[in-house]
Amino acid sequence: MKWCLVARTIATQYERLTWKRTVLIFSLFSCLVLAFIASICVGSAYIPPSQAIAALLTRGGDFDAIVWEIRLPRALVAVFAGAGLALGGVVMQASLRNPMASPFTLGMSSAAAFGATVAVVLGAGRFLRVYVGGFEVYSYYPLIISSFLSSLVAVFAIFFFAKVKGAFPETIILTGIAISFLFSAATSLIQYFGTTEQVAAIVFWLFGSLSKASWEAFWAISLTSVALLVLFMKWSYRYDALLIDEDFARNLGVNPERLRLITMVLSSLVTAVITSFLGVISFVCLIAPHIARMVMGSEHKHLIPASALIGANILILSDAASRIIMPPIIIPVGIITSFLGTPLLLYLLLRGRRHWY
Amino acid sequence: MEGLRIERLTAGYGRRMVLKDVNLEASEGKLVALLGPNGAGKSTLLKCVAKILKPKSGRIYLKGRDLTRASLRELSKIVGYVPQNMRPAFSTTVFEAILTSRLPHFKWGPNRTDVEKAEEVIKVLGLEGLALRKINELSGGEWQKVLLAMALVKEPEVLLLDEPTSNLDLKHQLEVLRLIKRVTKERGLVTIAALHDVNLALRFADEAALMKDGSIYAVGRPEEVLVPESIRDVYGVDAVLVKGPRLFIVVEDLVDEVSAN
Repeated sequence: MKWCLVARTIATQYERLTWKRTVLIFSLFSCLVLAFIASICVGSAYIPPSQAIAALLTRGGDFDAIVWEIRLPRALVAVFAGAGLALGGVVMQASLRNPMASPFTLGMSSAAAFGATVAVVLGAGRFLRVYVGGFEVYSYYPLIISSFLSSLVAVFAIFFFAKVKGAFPETIILTGIAISFLFSAATSLIQYFGTTEQVAAIVFWLFGSLSKASWEAFWAISLTSVALLVLFMKWSYRYDALLIDEDFARNLGVNPERLRLITMVLSSLVTAVITSFLGVISFVCLIAPHIARMVMGSEHKHLIPASALIGANILILSDAASRIIMPPIIIPVGIITSFLGTPLLLYLLLRGRRHWY
Repeated sequence: MEGLRIERLTAGYGRRMVLKDVNLEASEGKLVALLGPNGAGKSTLLKCVAKILKPKSGRIYLKGRDLTRASLRELSKIVGYVPQNMRPAFSTTVFEAILTSRLPHFKWGPNRTDVEKAEEVIKVLGLEGLALRKINELSGGEWQKVLLAMALVKEPEVLLLDEPTSNLDLKHQLEVLRLIKRVTKERGLVTIAALHDVNLALRFADEAALMKDGSIYAVGRPEEVLVPESIRDVYGVDAVLVKGPRLFIVVEDLVDEVSAN
């Protein structure tokens, strides 16, 4: 009889804990919705919330152009890019058992920068400026494609090297760092021989900015991020098992090498897509998972969606901040996230956790 | 023959072969103690059966079925492996760690059955008090019992334990082995435990397999295998068999020492 009661209590407490975390995730989502609406409201022309919502629901109103051509794609891209970057970070950290791991650590930013540099120097930097009702819209495909292809090269280089040498975390990380330096060096070399305008164009491109957000960017980024969110959530328990112990994970039917490789490839891909369109937005992939862990614990079933939501929140709020700090100048969001990242990381370090997980 | 049958197993790391042509049989419901000095190949043998290490040659059969041909996932349902040193990089509760060990049975995640099995194994092993503690806050003895729970919750047919008592105090050594013996009998498991304490083997094991230099030196009932001559040959120490309330081995000295007195 007594055992019966105690057993009930364990399962009940577990369910209560799960419920708490589900509620937290829901709160994060609500926060995101509010941030989304705020993002539509702020900018060089302030739109009151009620009118912003009205503009979203019915076309053809006063603020239709601003909302539908500029603010809405921007906000949507911010949400999905933030989520995608955070996703890339959280699964990399799990699979490499390293709290500092992210696709950028593996050289995604250097590779993307190299691709962009090549495109600019070859003349593709001349972005098409299209004026729609008095607002500028940028569109430069060759640069995006070049940047993405360059990232793909980096991903597969690391993949093949790890396949041959064994997919250990150290191997993957060191290869990534080596690739990162190689692409950086190549980028610097090309920049050295470029013109001042070209170098300036590259530098400005490198600042991750949501001003480059477009409907094309939205579809590419959102589809990739959502597909990966679903896939990674399905694998949550595998990441948990991997983090407990590799041999133990193997005895649960999880192949650590395979999981590591495919995680690396997929997370790098989503980051490559985002970076190709928006430039380098740093720290979200590191910070979002860490905040999520502090709030949620390490079970990936909750950690993965929480990281995605926190990443989305960080990016959309940083973007809103970027537009109201020094109006009418819009500070590239990558700069804001860089500034945010360091104090947050130091705070986490000062908290002195013995276990990162 | 029912149970586990290991045939001509050769395995190693890189070019170094640790196991050479090993043959071993283990029946259901019996605890087999795997004994031998460090480097004899005990861990390697267990890892081969758990498919953590790929053998160079040889076959492993369970009730007639070739395990070496089974996929990692199929095998994970059949074999429960408790590794020697597991330092998780992960801080979760005992209950969740045990629940996660039901992974081979998941579809999209744990369902009602998985939660019930986890509760059940916690009951069987007497871990109710630990269920909501964090795994990195447990003592050695508590952690070992949790590891056992994590292996048993999968409902395996084979249980492999790599030195389950090496970090335990006297009380926990007896507790853990008693638990292992009990579940082996109750569930009809094939259990192979690598032990380094010969007296624990004498006390708890139904069969003992003594290994030396990668092959089986002797196999049979513990009291038949663990005789002073064999211990001298395998471990390099002089020992005597003492007949008290139960049999036990007392180690006297190293073999090469020439006593002055």
